[in-house]
Amino acid sequence: MDIFGIPLQAFLGQLMLGLVNGSFYAMLSLGLAVIFGLLGIVNFAHGALYMIGAYVAWFSLEKLGLNYWFALVLAPLVVGALGALIERTMLKHLYRIDPIYSLLLTFGLALIAEGVFRDQFGVSGQQYEVPELLQGATNLGFMVLPNYRAWVIFASLTICLGTWFVIEKTKLGATLRAGTENPALVQAFGINVPLMVTLTYAGGAALAALAGVLAAPVIQITPLMGSNLIIVVFAVVVIGGMGSILGSILTGVMLGLVEGLTKVFYPEASNIVVFVIMAIVLMVRPAGLFGKEK
Amino acid sequence: MKLKKLTAACTLACAALLGAAAPAQAQISGDVIKIGIITDMSSVYADLDGQGGVEAIKMAIADAGGTVAGKKIEVLFADHQNKADIAAAKAREWFDTQGLDMLIGGTNSGTALAMAKVAAEKKKPFIVVGAATSALTNDQCTPYTVHYAYDTVALAKGTGNAVVKAGGKTWYFLQADYAFGAALQNDTSNVVKAAGGTVVGTVKVPLNASDFSSFLLQAQSSKAQILGLANAGGDTINSIKAANEFGVTKTMKLAGLLIFINDIHSLGLKTTQGMYLTDSWYWNKDAEARAWSRKFFEKMKRMPSSLQAADYSATTQYLAAVKATGSDDADKVLAHMRKTKINDVYAKGGYIRDDGRMVHDMYLMQVKTPAQSTEPWDYYNVVETFKGETAWQTKADSKCPLWK
Repeated sequence: MDIFGIPLQAFLGQLMLGLVNGSFYAMLSLGLAVIFGLLGIVNFAHGALYMIGAYVAWFSLEKLGLNYWFALVLAPLVVGALGALIERTMLKHLYRIDPIYSLLLTFGLALIAEGVFRDQFGVSGQQYEVPELLQGATNLGFMVLPNYRAWVIFASLTICLGTWFVIEKTKLGATLRAGTENPALVQAFGINVPLMVTLTYAGGAALAALAGVLAAPVIQITPLMGSNLIIVVFAVVVIGGMGSILGSILTGVMLGLVEGLTKVFYPEASNIVVFVIMAIVLMVRPAGLFGKEK
Repeated sequence: MKLKKLTAACTLACAALLGAAAPAQAQISGDVIKIGIITDMSSVYADLDGQGGVEAIKMAIADAGGTVAGKKIEVLFADHQNKADIAAAKAREWFDTQGLDMLIGGTNSGTALAMAKVAAEKKKPFIVVGAATSALTNDQCTPYTVHYAYDTVALAKGTGNAVVKAGGKTWYFLQADYAFGAALQNDTSNVVKAAGGTVVGTVKVPLNASDFSSFLLQAQSSKAQILGLANAGGDTINSIKAANEFGVTKTMKLAGLLIFINDIHSLGLKTTQGMYLTDSWYWNKDAEARAWSRKFFEKMKRMPSSLQAADYSATTQYLAAVKATGSDDADKVLAHMRKTKINDVYAKGGYIRDDGRMVHDMYLMQVKTPAQSTEPWDYYNVVETFKGETAWQTKADSKCPLWK
């Protein structure tokens, strides 16, 4: 059986790969959406935080002898702390003025981080072995799926849905959302709003780092890995609707699939298809697929 | 009166002497020799040339004594970010406002083709080191372009023939979707077909793609024996990595058509052992190369790629020609370079043909196993040396009107 001249097996295989890439998009765009939705910051440093997360994993394996599972905990903590530091010392001062300034600040920070890592490690990058437990591959009948990629899909979807649940369905999430809606009032109830804001940014940074650790064994760890991805992820957030958390997750997965199919039918266009979709969505629904008009 | 005459005569004579000397001095325009390099300093190809290439040029200048014909030597460098328009604009700016005497072209074929046009228009020497496309010495050859290190024809002849000879008859290509990938795919296809092989398909992948697994599965379903990687740098690294992960290497053999030692270094010998590749130079190939490379290592903390050695050589040869002719006039210097054999750490008995090709030996190498490697960066066994003309495009196949 063929679908548009492509054997069904190959077609399913490509969908599966699209799902893997989609889960990366979902995880990164989720962090961006949380930071934008709750703080109104367009966090251009997100790609750099993702890259630093991967380097923390590499560094802890090579220099400290800590394996993948430790890195999975350590990297988000380290990068989360870095995020908190950035928010406390720099971003804090920019809340009262035009969001364009926080965008420029985070963009500058990303360039600095990239430059420092390039100077230290070069662009060819570092290798990170797939952890022993997840080595090998499973034959699904229509394709051979490396176990690690299956783990990526599982891990990122779990994390995405968990984050969505915490923000949308729990009391903590409700306080967070209220705090960003009307900080003065929430503060009056005795809740420490500035601390909440710092933790939110740190949380978004930690999500980026986690994605970095998940990506480390799959791609070469290079200083450029963040900037290669961040533009696509921004497009995902715009398509999903800025600030919509569930929207960014669904859009991430969906665009991974669309991109995967483009790689089969017209590979040359695979790196622009996301932007074509973005242009169309912006014309039809300027607030994005899941965004609310304000 | 007599004294006055004497003084006048003396003055005249002195003036005549000065006059005679002045043009010789003015042979070096602007009283300084300016050498520029425009290359990828920050992206996928930056480790192959980049800052290390600039350092190699500086080493050549230092070894020449820092001056030539009594004039200071300066280096300019810029990052073209793999964009042809930036490369061309920068080259034009340097020729017009900086008095640039010679331009070295770094990695990326698209940028090299654009800069070649500018250099030809400005009538200045343009020595291409990092770019691979054979178009530079074929339909787009100019009297001012010298293609120094390697090209897609030589890579195809080297690796292509070796792989077909070893039994790899059916090929599928993973091609970087720009000038270089197209040239490498085309030149290798010709070699494979001429040797009795067939090409069953090609997938064109955007430069700097983040994920290669999808393209690799397409290659695998083609049932070809050989997967030809017509890409470079980070793209090659990521495709080899994904090929191992998805088990493509179990059913197909990989033929990396352009692999640099930096790629092997970051992939590791475990992943790359046994692979064949063609390169123009290897740091560990003889004592002279080793000695120079150790000096380079002290500065850059990594061994030089073939391109960085070629940057050193090109600068050395250019400065020697300036010294010999006492001039930085492009035509005089190039004429001298064309009739002088090149003998240095990079090439032995090399010479520049009328199409601009610098003819020298090329090497087919095989990546060592982890057990065979005795020190960091000790990665290759030289399997075969392609002597002089045998490595390069023949006159019969050339499309360059300057070489007919």
